[in-house]
Amino acid sequence: MKLRFWGTRGSIPVAITAPQIRQKLLTAFTQAIGRTLDTEDAITRFVDQQLGFDISGTFGGHSSCVEIALENDNEKPGSHIICDMGSGARPLGQDMLARFGPATPQTYHVFMSHLHWDHIMGFPFFAPVYIPGNRIVIHGCHAELEHAFRRQQAEPSFPVTFDHLAATIEFDILTPGETCCIDDFTVTAKKQLHGGDSYGYRFEHRQKVVVYSTDSEHRLEQIAERDAFVDFFHNADAVVFDAMYSLADAISVKADWGHSSNIVGVELCQAACAKRLVMFHHEPAYNDARIVQVLEETRRFEEITREDHRVEIISAWDGLELDL
Amino acid sequence: MQLESRHIDNALILAPNGRIDQAHADSFKAALDPHLSECKTGGTPVLLDFSGVDYISSVGLRVLMLAARQVKAQGGKVVICSLTPLVNEVFEISRFNLVFAVFADVDAALANLSAQ
Repeated sequence: MKLRFWGTRGSIPVAITAPQIRQKLLTAFTQAIGRTLDTEDAITRFVDQQLGFDISGTFGGHSSCVEIALENDNEKPGSHIICDMGSGARPLGQDMLARFGPATPQTYHVFMSHLHWDHIMGFPFFAPVYIPGNRIVIHGCHAELEHAFRRQQAEPSFPVTFDHLAATIEFDILTPGETCCIDDFTVTAKKQLHGGDSYGYRFEHRQKVVVYSTDSEHRLEQIAERDAFVDFFHNADAVVFDAMYSLADAISVKADWGHSSNIVGVELCQAACAKRLVMFHHEPAYNDARIVQVLEETRRFEEITREDHRVEIISAWDGLELDL
Repeated sequence: MQLESRHIDNALILAPNGRIDQAHADSFKAALDPHLSECKTGGTPVLLDFSGVDYISSVGLRVLMLAARQVKAQGGKVVICSLTPLVNEVFEISRFNLVFAVFADVDAALANLSAQ
């Protein structure tokens, strides 16, 4: 199984700015002083191996959208699993068209964590919805699932109404705690603490497990709920986790905002014996350097609190492909 | 959990010991809470001496957050000193170093409290 991250930013999309790019260039050139960079290979090695990701790259700014694929993309041709339809759905749709072309019908199973704007805003820009023959099944646990998608394309919010989309679009209301089989994946939803509720999903396929758990606040005093999440994350190969805030913010000024922290992510994954914690739903106010700082601190926290199980710590970025 | 307590320079010094984790956070809270009521405007400031704390997890930090909130609402002052290197790292990573004034040792903390 593999994960492709198309949108990893929380709450609202953000774009890198000209001053931020200038600062990256200044830092890169400063670090190049005294080095011999007179060939393309030498420059490539310097960029790829010497510069940090916060200088040579960017975490990106699209809101939540993650593709869950099989190890071999050709193993199950024509069918795809996607979590959320944030603004990352636009580049995902372009990639799907590039991969399969408009003449080959595809089926997209979309699992919705919840219906807040940052998680549905990419749907009208997901090009496959405009192509006849495509089938899009939107799975979720909210009774208002269809209403939310129709409403965002109703006048005066969008020029193309939902009924004018050319693809076949279906809605499937799931029941939390009940396991269903969709496209060779066993999928279980779990209710999470978030304004209007959100739902995490546990995907299992041939002994591989991915948990998608975003927009989820964890109340530290609720022991039974903590244990339920440990069960939900148990032995996962990857847990995509809402680590938007610091612990101090998450339980003080931003309590009840419906998000969690890197510290709680590590503790839950350690207790659940999960293999990887993928930090997700990055705070939109954070620049690349700040996200790298949080990543390094989280790796250190995992190291100093580790007992007999190591959890690999990853910070998701738009474009990351993660083989499990 | 037992809290060693003593008074110096009008401050109440409380010294927890061991791990403040899932297994011990409730008892830490039960031991700490009775001391907070007098930590108010014109009352007795509290100094938490963490020299004997080996580790604090998120649930332990939550107890500290609740204490900080209560004391702030009462107009009192609570500070922390003598973090072990590991606990100091946990404070920095969790940003609790921004919630509490943290001092290197008891003397530094008392000097700050007496200067208020």
